[in-house]
Amino acid sequence: MSVEPIALRGTELSGKAGTEVEAARPGKRGRRVRIFGRYVALSVLAFVVLFPIYITIVNSLLQPSQIAAKSPTFFPTSPQWHTYSDAWTDGHLASYLRNSFIQTGLIVAGQLVTSILAGYAFAFLRFPFKRTLFVVFLATLMVPFEITIITNLQTVSNTLNVYDNLGNTLGTFAALAVPFLATGFGAFLLRQTFLQLPKDLQDAAKLDGYGHLRFLTRVAVPLARPTIAALAVFSFLSAWNQYLWPLLVTRDDQLRTVQIGLKQLRATNIDQVNVTFAGTVLAFIPLVILLLIFQKQLVRGLTAGAVKG
Amino acid sequence: MSTPADAVVEPGAASRPAVAPAPRGRRFNRAVREAGLGYLLLLPAFLIFAVFIFYPFFRNFYLGFFSTPPFPGQPKNYVGLDQYKDVLTSSEFLDSLKVTVIFAVITVPVGIALGILLAVLAHQKLKGVAIYRAFFSSTVATSIAVASVIFGTLLSPQVGLLQGIQTEPSILQNPDPIINISLPVIRSFIPSVALTAVAVTTIWQNLGLSFILMSAGLQAVPDELQEAAEIDGAGPWRRFWNVTLPLLSPTIFFAFVVGSIFAFQTFGQIDLLTPRGGPLKTTNVLTYYIYDQLQFSKNDGKAAVLAIALFGVTLLLTLIQFQFLERRVSYER
Amino acid sequence: MGRVTIRGVSKRFADVTAVDHLTLEVADEEFLVLLGPSGCGKSTALRMIAGLEEPTEGTIEIGDREVNDVEAKDRDVAMVFQSYALYPHMTVRRNVEFPLKTRRVAADERNRTVQEAAGILGLEDLLDRKPAQLSGGQRQRVALARAIVRRPQAFLMDEPLSNLDAKLRVQTRAELVELRRRLRATIVYVTHDQVEAMTMGDRIAILDHGVLQQVGAPQDVYARPANLFVARFIGNPPMNTVTGDVTRVDGRVGVQIPGSVVELPGALGAAVERRALERVVLGVRPEDLTLADGGPIKATVSVIESLGHERHVICRLEDGQLIIVRQAANVPPPAEESEIGLAADAARLHVFDAESEQRVDA
Repeated sequence: MSVEPIALRGTELSGKAGTEVEAARPGKRGRRVRIFGRYVALSVLAFVVLFPIYITIVNSLLQPSQIAAKSPTFFPTSPQWHTYSDAWTDGHLASYLRNSFIQTGLIVAGQLVTSILAGYAFAFLRFPFKRTLFVVFLATLMVPFEITIITNLQTVSNTLNVYDNLGNTLGTFAALAVPFLATGFGAFLLRQTFLQLPKDLQDAAKLDGYGHLRFLTRVAVPLARPTIAALAVFSFLSAWNQYLWPLLVTRDDQLRTVQIGLKQLRATNIDQVNVTFAGTVLAFIPLVILLLIFQKQLVRGLTAGAVKG
Repeated sequence: MSTPADAVVEPGAASRPAVAPAPRGRRFNRAVREAGLGYLLLLPAFLIFAVFIFYPFFRNFYLGFFSTPPFPGQPKNYVGLDQYKDVLTSSEFLDSLKVTVIFAVITVPVGIALGILLAVLAHQKLKGVAIYRAFFSSTVATSIAVASVIFGTLLSPQVGLLQGIQTEPSILQNPDPIINISLPVIRSFIPSVALTAVAVTTIWQNLGLSFILMSAGLQAVPDELQEAAEIDGAGPWRRFWNVTLPLLSPTIFFAFVVGSIFAFQTFGQIDLLTPRGGPLKTTNVLTYYIYDQLQFSKNDGKAAVLAIALFGVTLLLTLIQFQFLERRVSYER
Repeated sequence: MGRVTIRGVSKRFADVTAVDHLTLEVADEEFLVLLGPSGCGKSTALRMIAGLEEPTEGTIEIGDREVNDVEAKDRDVAMVFQSYALYPHMTVRRNVEFPLKTRRVAADERNRTVQEAAGILGLEDLLDRKPAQLSGGQRQRVALARAIVRRPQAFLMDEPLSNLDAKLRVQTRAELVELRRRLRATIVYVTHDQVEAMTMGDRIAILDHGVLQQVGAPQDVYARPANLFVARFIGNPPMNTVTGDVTRVDGRVGVQIPGSVVELPGALGAAVERRALERVVLGVRPEDLTLADGGPIKATVSVIESLGHERHVICRLEDGQLIIVRQAANVPPPAEESEIGLAADAARLHVFDAESEQRVDA
């Protein structure tokens, strides 16, 4: 360590001995301008992102002639509310939404149950080949959907008779839901969460004479609620968004989910585009509401993989 | 089945006053019961996996050995590996592969970049920024069908927004490359207008997700580092490039890997926007090709081979990404 | 000139006032310590000087220039954060040269300066490591190196020693003082540790709930605390404070505390009378009390804490209040539970107005 005092300020470094640093913005106006600029940037981007949705809502309330006109209308002066009721009944949106909710509900329920059970087993129980089985569970995430659909289609059509029996509601919903009732991702997530519960809890429960079932339902699950909620949201989104499988498996229009239903709606309303748009809005609203309520869980579920790496 | 599941871990603890260790037989009994419970709890999931994932996975390879005759009702012929060879070297397959890769190359990086842009802008401490965050995440609520129907109709020449600007053919039926390059080698890698339109739809639909993911990643960048950089004299661009971006790289890497996998599995938008593989098959991604073979050509064997090809390509791509991209990720530890 | 001046600066968040009309002048090359308990506003004040927070009112001057509207990066100050804020993905070398890079200093100049700073702080061997591979003390030096490399007009330090263990803290404190002497820099230093404040500062500014309580040299603040808060905050073990009524004994002013009356020296008594105070708080530091058989303060010995080099005799007054007396280790200790008398050095008595808590001066 050298001993002489170090020369400071006014060195050759930046030649700023006593001089103004040029980059300083003049006065409060500079700061206001900067902040205003940021709001402008945000607003422009928000506009770009929201524009398609906005236009859809607007168009759902216009008359077909207005939509087909060369110059676009940006605000409905005489809103055609009937498009919504048209989409709901004639357009079968009601059925489509109902079917989607049933399909998604079944899948979410199934995935939650199987994941909780499997996660619990991996976290708290000892049995031979546990590690191998866990790897196997994880491996299912690597298998892409396209490889399995061919055989699954055959399995489903043979056992559940979806093709021949058009009114086969039970069979169709079974076909829609059963292949997806379990997920390796969920088992992994729940295992990690259960492992993070304090060990003292399990010991205390043992002393209190809790059996596994009681420990699971009274202690483990309630404490893992945030992760379970996140998994539920994540499963919900995946199931709701399914397209290829429902397309292949549902023939009866009454049983279509909303994704496929929209396709049908568009086809039957080529001259009534506003009805199609109304149907789209109707398909959009439930998710918006659900996601507004479950925002936090949504973020958790989507980033669960990223954070854990 | 209540007995194993309800198994009290210390059987008879209340009635047994002694503290002596349980006899060997009883301990073994307990271990067996625990193992039994373990297997029982795994059974539901395992069954589903076995029937709908493992069995189809292996059977798929087997299916590839059989070629389906052009007319229904006739039995399949065993052709062994010939079908694999034929399909995988066909120009149809290679074109489809090319389309898939181009599609992924467009949508994944752009999607991530836009997500970062939105996340960084919405990360600032401004009043009311929460509303903007809600706006930016809103496309998460749009499903594939919603986004595709919206864009499909908006881009249609009859009722869409571009009526004044363009006539026939519709953007979604335009097979021309978006940039006109005469060199045929390069030209074959330029996406068609139709494919670009589908890509734009996909990017828009994924914006919400990308935004949420990147925002979460940004949370992991401590504010203090930004402050330190500011005091050190770094302007906003330098702060972003030297501090924010490196610390965001693990999240970006994750988004790349997962995003690529999903990009390769894109199907819904193609079917809704450009049925039958689009103009001149310029939007015939592999998943659509597989569907096309299954649904219309009823060619199970070929579809099986294509599915394996898709799996292989995805796996290869993921491995490449881990090998080469992860090097540039700066993990904190 | 490296002067830092804060005039009438306040910072309000919604309904909380973090800093309340603070006025301070830090002279060139002065080491000023902002001292106070958690949440007293000292860190907020520092951040306002740095430009990381905007004052709700008031002006801040750095080097004779008003910097209220100047961005942090142009204020020519360097800051050492409590958690060091090192860039985790950069090596030590890149961390230290970062401020130079942003100012587009030429490469060889940069290397020279970095090498110099590394030499001063003993970091030469660590230049190519990453922060995660360094110990707490080493990280702190990197933070310091990054700060000195820029030759700023002022250094701002936010509790830089609080993340170090006790032994390292003592060592680093000494090194900081040495470094400061060589740098001849203006330093504004925030801490909640009064030992650091007393040993390092030229002057100490004590804050409580955003309000400046007292500013002065360590010895002044110790010997003449301006109010009860300062009196109790500075000094370890803390000053004994007992509330009592003002009385007269034999014509002299005294304070009635439980069990005894303490006479005040003439001038002090006169001052108390002049202000017509009825209730006051008497303060006396443990080292200014002695155990004397005839002492005016009656107390019972409660606990004797032996610290090796000295002894703390904790006594109780009649009503149970605790009085701590410092005793040298070579003096025989009193018997526990024994009743004793305490005598206070008359010149070292402090009197505070019981209501306003302000010091009463002779």
